[in-house]
Amino acid sequence: MKTDDRFAGERPKLSPFYPRQKELNIREAWSAWNGYKFAEYYYDLEYEYFCVRNLCGTYDITPMQKYEISGRDAETMLNRMVTRDVKKIGLNRVAYCLWCTDEGRMIDDGTIFRLADDRFMLTCGSPCTAWLRKSCFGFDDVTVTDITDDLPALSLQGPTSCAVLKKMGLTGIDEAKPFDIRFFPFHGEQLMVSRTGFTGDLGYELWIPRDLALKMWDELYEAGEDLGIQPYGEAATNMARLEAAFIMPDMEFNEALRTVNFEHDQTPFELNLGWLVDFKKPHFSGRSALLEEKQRGPRYTLTKLDIEGNRPATEAYIYADKRCTKEVGYVTSAMWSPAVKANIALAMIRTEHLESNLWAEIYYTKELRQYSRVARCKKMNKPFWTPARARATPPADY
Amino acid sequence: MSNYDAIVIGAGHNGLTNAAYLAKAGLNVVVLEKNDYIGGAAVSRELHEGWTYSSCSYVCSMMRQAIHRDLDLAKHGLILVPYLGTVNFGEGDERLFSYHDETAAYLELKRHSSHDADAMHRFQTDLTRYSQLIRKTLMRTPPDPTSFRPRDLMELMYLAKQFWKLGEKEIYEYVRFFTMSAAEYLDDYFENDLIKAAMASPGIIGTALGVYSPGSAYILLHHVMGDVDGSIGAWGLARGGMGAISQSIASALQANDGEIRTNAGVSKVLVEGGKAVGVVLENGDELRAGIVVSNLDAKRTFTRIMDKDDLPDGIYDRARNFKIRGSSGKVNIALSGMPMFAGVPDNKYLNRGGQGFTGSLETMERAYDCWKHGRWSDDPFVESVIPSAWDPTVAPTGQHWMSNFVQYCPPTLADGPWTPEKRDAFGESVISKIERYSPGFRDLIVHMEVRTPHEIENEIGLTEGNIFQGELTIDQLFFNRPFPGYGQYRMPVKNMYMCGSSTHPGGGVSAVCGANAAREILMDLRRPNTVPEDDFYDE
Repeated sequence: MKTDDRFAGERPKLSPFYPRQKELNIREAWSAWNGYKFAEYYYDLEYEYFCVRNLCGTYDITPMQKYEISGRDAETMLNRMVTRDVKKIGLNRVAYCLWCTDEGRMIDDGTIFRLADDRFMLTCGSPCTAWLRKSCFGFDDVTVTDITDDLPALSLQGPTSCAVLKKMGLTGIDEAKPFDIRFFPFHGEQLMVSRTGFTGDLGYELWIPRDLALKMWDELYEAGEDLGIQPYGEAATNMARLEAAFIMPDMEFNEALRTVNFEHDQTPFELNLGWLVDFKKPHFSGRSALLEEKQRGPRYTLTKLDIEGNRPATEAYIYADKRCTKEVGYVTSAMWSPAVKANIALAMIRTEHLESNLWAEIYYTKELRQYSRVARCKKMNKPFWTPARARATPPADY
Repeated sequence: MSNYDAIVIGAGHNGLTNAAYLAKAGLNVVVLEKNDYIGGAAVSRELHEGWTYSSCSYVCSMMRQAIHRDLDLAKHGLILVPYLGTVNFGEGDERLFSYHDETAAYLELKRHSSHDADAMHRFQTDLTRYSQLIRKTLMRTPPDPTSFRPRDLMELMYLAKQFWKLGEKEIYEYVRFFTMSAAEYLDDYFENDLIKAAMASPGIIGTALGVYSPGSAYILLHHVMGDVDGSIGAWGLARGGMGAISQSIASALQANDGEIRTNAGVSKVLVEGGKAVGVVLENGDELRAGIVVSNLDAKRTFTRIMDKDDLPDGIYDRARNFKIRGSSGKVNIALSGMPMFAGVPDNKYLNRGGQGFTGSLETMERAYDCWKHGRWSDDPFVESVIPSAWDPTVAPTGQHWMSNFVQYCPPTLADGPWTPEKRDAFGESVISKIERYSPGFRDLIVHMEVRTPHEIENEIGLTEGNIFQGELTIDQLFFNRPFPGYGQYRMPVKNMYMCGSSTHPGGGVSAVCGANAAREILMDLRRPNTVPEDDFYDE
């Protein structure tokens, strides 16, 4: 950044992939994520969504927060912080985790990579240095390093993703099971590939030292050219993750450390993530509050809805009667799903009303006029999009 | 001898849809297919190792979302992917690019004509208004205008109400629209010939009419009233080819315990005491059922598999005179690489969707003249798509297949019957047309399948190779489809129904004809309806 730029302090940071992204962001559709200039979409939201479901696409996860946590006490410290049992994460395996305040309210979710007995990588959506420091109190041998800027990463998702990596020369990648980590030599350094992602589809995440980022992009795009590779942005990610029923901060949950109003944050049980809370392991932050919550039952429960009609129930209230007199919840995310052909939504429903007939009051506009309709909601038990290829090892080429 | 509740003749997508809804209502259903593969004109076939052609229909927009959703076709493996970017090739160097982005599309029109760029807004608005109205009739049974039954009166009232909502001026315009030619209609909006030609081309597809023939304006509308996920006028590809649509519906049918028999051509519908009671197969087997549903076109149904003496007076003649003239051919080409086109930038969002080898209105009309004289055109109108650029499953990686729809191609030639040599010469006329715009195209060809109306009729049974099972002119639409007085899927013989594109709302891979017929059948059987109502974005 030039020092004579008087707005230097306000300009977004640029990802090491930016030179290629800039060329491909034909629509100049930029937003920002954690201080990085970040694509909302590149060409067209729907086109990119279909690349993820039909071919493959890359999503820049450089701005995602990455921390290296190492030392003799690293495992115990993490186990004290997150609700899942870190001891159970095998070497070169990844686990989805979350962590809470002492009151059992969710701070954030993320993934933990076990890279050695005493070395981990934690990734999460929002910066978390202060909470990590707090969590290290009382542990002698643990070092936390923010490696966000040093380890750029691309998420490669979609049915042809494995074929692209094979074509790129990553021999044996097809043997990686979901949540496995593999390492490949790459121009004298190491390319780490995990079979992880945020789309519910077949996909991988590629982690590369900063100076090789562009080289990796170029080799990946060369391998992927005939397999439909396309960068995608925040907008398509949000569609894909909703079909997979994955939660998003600021949509499904309000980070506890940023929540002003009492209980406007959420507990893992409310978010249907009780399976991530392990009461059998040693003490962890929020344990007693969570145990109490488990016994009492959550106030709200995040519920997957298939709603009649095709108007997305964005920000709709949910009622237990068609006349909309008994309000029992609210929609957190909603969309028309092109792949599933359903009007899908995630909604927080007061737990005691889960068995009621549910109705959404949906507002929409047509040529400047407001309309509303009341639509029946059907509760779904499974994520909306669960292709078999996401679990298959080795996956097919498309 | 086996007994079924219902026999459906023909495993095209409408027959399968019809059977799926009957099976869903608990009926014991069998679908009989003469070929050893299912799908009819919505079919994927591997004719050269590694390449899967959509041999007949090739793109999808009419498929009703409500049916896709209701039969859970996504779970049965169906995914429709919209494709982007169309180039229309004019005479000489002129090119018209259809960009996906609205502003880019506007500027491109402006490059040809400022006037037309602005007029496009009015054109799209008017067309959207018309298509909204038609879309509302798709998943409804047309009323019988001569009937006084409450149901027909209610339906007429519904239509009158929808019509009235257009406003007085638009009602007049609408009626006018139905009888106009595509070219005349477009004269009202545009001045540039290539723009007019490009917009007119949907008005002739599948139809033995020219751009200047009255009635072609409606056909234009028929091609733009579909949608992909609510984006009206958009077109998509079925992943795995058009056969994926039929396969997914077949899978939904089987999940409801329906049966499909291939290599089971029907030679005759059995009629006893004025009622259809079953069928005789080509191998002589007899199958009995409470009802018989024909998914074959009206002409084939009443002149080929029914006995003239079993039909009421006049029906045989109606069927014989049913307008079902073949007008198009199809050339499927396997390519060793992606073809490049002269004057088209190497922009993957633009040059891999559709190609319209349009020429001009004059070129298209001259091609029609050839058809009238019983010849194929040596300068045909060709509409192409490269599905392999969007679908990784239909060609080896890095190689491609191109679907080429060709007009005009007559069902019978003035100089005698179709022969393999004539078929190949027809294919050659298509290749040389493409080669004109894509130098080196010929060298990329690995394999090709040339289909004239003769092949289409003989393989999948569409009379004269007419892709719509009967032309979409106003005399054969709505309550007149297939014949006046028989617009509600019930045929002149009791317990006999039709469910193919010869019925309302006509051709296209929509699954609507099959679903609508199922609703009528279930009503007659006093069974609960299993067919969903339509589900509109435009409402």
